Amino acid sequence: MVKKQTIGADFSEAPVCVSEWGRFRRVFFERKLVMFGLIVLMLLVITAIFAPLLAPYDPYQSNMADSLLAPSSKYLLGTDIQGRDTLSRLIFGSRTALMVGFLTVGIAGIAGVTLGLVAGYFGGITNMIIMRTMDALMGFPMILLALIIAALLGSGIVNVIIALSVATLPGYARVMHGLTLSIRENDYILAQRAMGAGNIRAMFSHILPNALPPMIVLITLQLGALILAEAGLSFLGIGIKPPGAAWGAMVADGYRYLSSYPWLSFAPGVAIMLVVFAFNLVGDGLRDALDPRLRGLL
Amino acid sequence: MAELLRVENLKTQFHTDSGLVKAVDGISYHIDELEIIGLVGESGCGKSVSQLSVMQLINAPGKIVGGEVIFEGRDLLKLKAHGPEMRSVRGAKIAMIFQEPMTSLNPVLTINQQLTEMLELHLGMSSKEARERVIELLGMVGIPSAKSRVDDYPHQFSGGMRQRVMIAMALSCNPEILIADEPTTALDVTTQAQLLELMRDMVEQFKASLVIVTHNLGVVARYAQRIYIMYAGRIVEEGTTKDIFGNPRHPYTIGLLKCIPRLDEEEGRKLVPIKGLPPNLINMPPTCAFLPRCSYNIERCSQEPWPPLKHLHDQHYISCYADTEEKNR
Amino acid sequence: MTAYIIRRLIMAVVVLIILTLIIFFIMRLLPGDPLIIFMGRAAGQGSISPEQLENLRIAYGLDKPLMVQYFNWMGGIFQGDLGESIYYHEDVGKLLLERFPVTLDLGIRAFILGNVLGIVLGLVAALRRGKWIDTGATVFSYFGVSIPVFWLGILLMYAFGLKLGWLPVTGYTYPWVDFWMNFKQSIMPVACLSLMSLAITARQMRSSVLEVNQQDYIRTAWSKGLRERVIVTRHMLKNSLIPVITLMGIGLGLMFGGQVFVEIVFSIPGVGRLLVSSVFAQDYQVVQSGTLVIAVVVVLANLIVDISYGWFDPRIRYG
Repeated sequence: MVKKQTIGADFSEAPVCVSEWGRFRRVFFERKLVMFGLIVLMLLVITAIFAPLLAPYDPYQSNMADSLLAPSSKYLLGTDIQGRDTLSRLIFGSRTALMVGFLTVGIAGIAGVTLGLVAGYFGGITNMIIMRTMDALMGFPMILLALIIAALLGSGIVNVIIALSVATLPGYARVMHGLTLSIRENDYILAQRAMGAGNIRAMFSHILPNALPPMIVLITLQLGALILAEAGLSFLGIGIKPPGAAWGAMVADGYRYLSSYPWLSFAPGVAIMLVVFAFNLVGDGLRDALDPRLRGLL
Repeated sequence: MAELLRVENLKTQFHTDSGLVKAVDGISYHIDELEIIGLVGESGCGKSVSQLSVMQLINAPGKIVGGEVIFEGRDLLKLKAHGPEMRSVRGAKIAMIFQEPMTSLNPVLTINQQLTEMLELHLGMSSKEARERVIELLGMVGIPSAKSRVDDYPHQFSGGMRQRVMIAMALSCNPEILIADEPTTALDVTTQAQLLELMRDMVEQFKASLVIVTHNLGVVARYAQRIYIMYAGRIVEEGTTKDIFGNPRHPYTIGLLKCIPRLDEEEGRKLVPIKGLPPNLINMPPTCAFLPRCSYNIERCSQEPWPPLKHLHDQHYISCYADTEEKNR
Repeated sequence: MTAYIIRRLIMAVVVLIILTLIIFFIMRLLPGDPLIIFMGRAAGQGSISPEQLENLRIAYGLDKPLMVQYFNWMGGIFQGDLGESIYYHEDVGKLLLERFPVTLDLGIRAFILGNVLGIVLGLVAALRRGKWIDTGATVFSYFGVSIPVFWLGILLMYAFGLKLGWLPVTGYTYPWVDFWMNFKQSIMPVACLSLMSLAITARQMRSSVLEVNQQDYIRTAWSKGLRERVIVTRHMLKNSLIPVITLMGIGLGLMFGGQVFVEIVFSIPGVGRLLVSSVFAQDYQVVQSGTLVIAVVVVLANLIVDISYGWFDPRIRYG
C-alpha cells in the first residue's frame, strides 16, 4: 500500500514524497477521538475473548438470596432479579454483541456484495429484479423486518443473525451496485474484456478488489448500527433471552424494576452506547483515512 | 494614463501539511486606466493566488503576509477581508471572472437571479430595473434571445455561453478593473478567440482595465499592452508586449518563446522545451528559482539570492544576473 | 419534471408490488398449517372436527394455488378487508386505524423537530468550523447515533418522570381531548425519537455545507461583494440541502424503528406497539396487514422525498 512518487531530481526541487501509508497513518492514528474508539474496541475484544477469566461470577447462575442488590463491593454493579451478577453478565454480553455483529456483517456482506456485483455487472432484467427487490427490502424499517423474521423463526442467536443479515444486505447491495457501475466503465475493465477475460474473472478479479476499500468502510460503519439493532431486538424479547446474557435484554429486565432498582438498566445501556460510539468513531476515521472523497458516498 | 491599482511587494503563503508554500513571494505591479495587461506563467507559479490576494479572497490555510495594494488612495489589504468597505470594492470596483465556467455559476439559481443581485446590491436598482439591465447586458455579450433565456439555469447553457454570462456579470456594475483568471483555458480554441475579442470590446465599451491571467503567451500577444512574466511566485520579467516578444531577456521568457510555434518563421526550426520540471514551492532555496533549468547561468547565480529587478530600459525590467543579450536568438 | 415524477411513481409501484409479494411469501414460509395459523391455536386443538376444518380451509381459499391466494389477499386489501385479529377479535383495519394517528402524531413531530434542528446545527457547525460549537455538535452527533433509543427513553423516564416528577411517564391523550396533557406526555417520546434524525441530519448537513463551501460558485459569490449572510442563505443553502433531503427518506424508515421502542417504553398505544405484541401473540393477520401498511407508508414517504428533491435541484427538473 506504500506508493512513493519523487518529483524532480535536481537539487533545488526537493523531492516530494507522496506516501499513502504516511497519510493514512496521519489521518487515522493521530486523531484522538479515533484512537479512543480503537482502544475501546480493543478492550471489547479482549473482554469478549477472556470473558470467563474476567467475570467474577457465573453469569447464568441464579442465586435468589442475592436478588436485586444495589452495587456494592461484593457485586460491583449489583444483581438482577435472579441474583445474577450484573457485571459478569455485562462481560459475557460482549460476546453476544460481537458475535452477532461480525457474523451478520459477514453474511450480509457476502450476500449483498455478490448481489450488487451481479446486478451491476450484467444489467438488464437481472439488474432490475435484484435492485427493485433490494429497494423493497429497504422500504421496510429494518427493525420491522428483523422483528418478523426473528419472530417467525423463533428465538436464538442464529435467527437474530439471519434476520439482521436480511435487513442489512440491501444496503450493501446498493452501494456495491453503484460501485460496480462506475468501475465497470473504467477502461481497464474494457481492456481486460478485449483480451478475452470472461465475466467471472472480470467481476471477481478486477471489479471486486477495487470496490473493496469503500465496502470495508461501509461494513465498519454498519457494525455500530448492528449492535444497536441487536440490543433492540433482545430488549423486545427476541434473540437472546435470559438466562443468556445480552445487553438489550438486561436493559429490558431493568425496565420492569425501574422505580426501585434503577441501576439494573443503567450499566448495560452505557455499554451499548460506548461500544457503538467506538465503532462509529473508528469507522469514520477509517473512511476519512482511506479516502475522504467517500464522505459524500457513505 | 492615470494609475488605477498598484501592488507593492505582495506576499501570500499557505501552511500545508507538507510545509510552508510561498505562493506569492513579493511581487509588485501596477495597472493604469484603460489598459490591458497580461500576467503570464505556468501552473502553480502564483498568478491566480496573487489576484485572489488583491481581492482578499484568500482563505485558510492561506494568508496574505505582506505587501500593499493601493487602490483609490488606500491600501486594500488593510481593510477587513469581509468588511463593508472591501465588499463594496469587490464586484463594484474590481471584478473577477474565473477559469471554470461550468462550475463558477450556482446551479440552483437562475442567470437572472445571479446577475440582478449584484445590480441591486451595488447600484441600488429595483428588481425590475435590474432585470431589464440584465437582459441588456446579456445581449451585449452575445447571448441570443436574452429575454427568454434570462430565467434559465446555468446547466442549460454551453461552456462558452456561461463564460459570456460571467463576463456580463463581472461588468454589470461598471468596475474599473476586470481580472480574468485563465478565462479561456477550459474552452475550445474557436470559443477562446471569440471570448477574448468580446472581452477586449467590452472593456473598451465599459472603459475598464483588464488583467488577463494565463499560461498562454499567445493569448496576451494580441490584446495586452504590457506583460508580466511570473515564475515560482515572483515576477521575472516585465515590459511592453513589444519588449517581451521582440526582445525577451529573461531566460525563462526566452525559453517560453522558443516553445511556441510561430507562423512567421522558417521551417525546420525545432520547438525547444524548457528542460526540467516546475519547482516545488516548499523549501525553496534562496537562490534564483529558475536556476536548475537555466542555460544562461553564471557563477553568481548559485551564490547570491534571487536577483532583484534590473531596469533595462523604459518599462522593461528583468530579474536576472546573467547577460542574455549575446546568447539570445 | 413530469417525466421524473412519472418515473419515480412507476418505480414506487413496482417496489410496492414486490413488497407485497415478500410479505405474502414470508407469511407462507411459516412452519405448520396456515389454516391453524390463521385461525389461531383453537383450530389445532381438535375442538373443530376435520370436516369443519376442511370447510374452513375452502372458505378461506387456502386450498387454492399460492398465486390465486395472493391475488385473493390483494383483492381483499383493496376492498378494505385486512383480516381479523385473533387476539382482539376485531377487524385489523379498525385496529390500525385507531392507532395510526397516534403514531403519526408523534412521528411527524419528531421528524420535523429532529430535521430542522439538525439542519440548523449542521449549518452552524460548518460555518464556525473548528470552534467549540463545531466540536460540540460533532460529538453530540456521534452520541446521537450511538445511544439506544429505548435506553434513552428509560433514562429520561427515570429522571424526569419518576425522580423529578415533572412529566407524565406513560400514556397518550388525543390533542383534541386535552391539549396540554398531550403535550406533556409527548415531550419525552418525541425527544427520544428526534435524536437520531437530529444527529444524522446534522452530520450530513455539516459535511454538505463544508463541501459546498469549496465550490467555485461560492468563490464567485464572494468575488461579487455579497455579504456572508446572503451567500449562506441564497447560494449555499439549497445546494447543501440536496444530499440531506435524500437522507431524510432513509431517516423515516429508521424513525419508525425507533417508534416501536418509544411506544413500548412509554406505553403509547401506537402501531409499533401493536405490531410487536401481535408478533408475540402470534396474531398473524395483524402482523401481515400491519407490516404491509407500514411499508406502504414508508415507500410513499420516500416517493414524496424523491419528488421534492427535484424541486431543490433544477438540473433534475430541466435536465
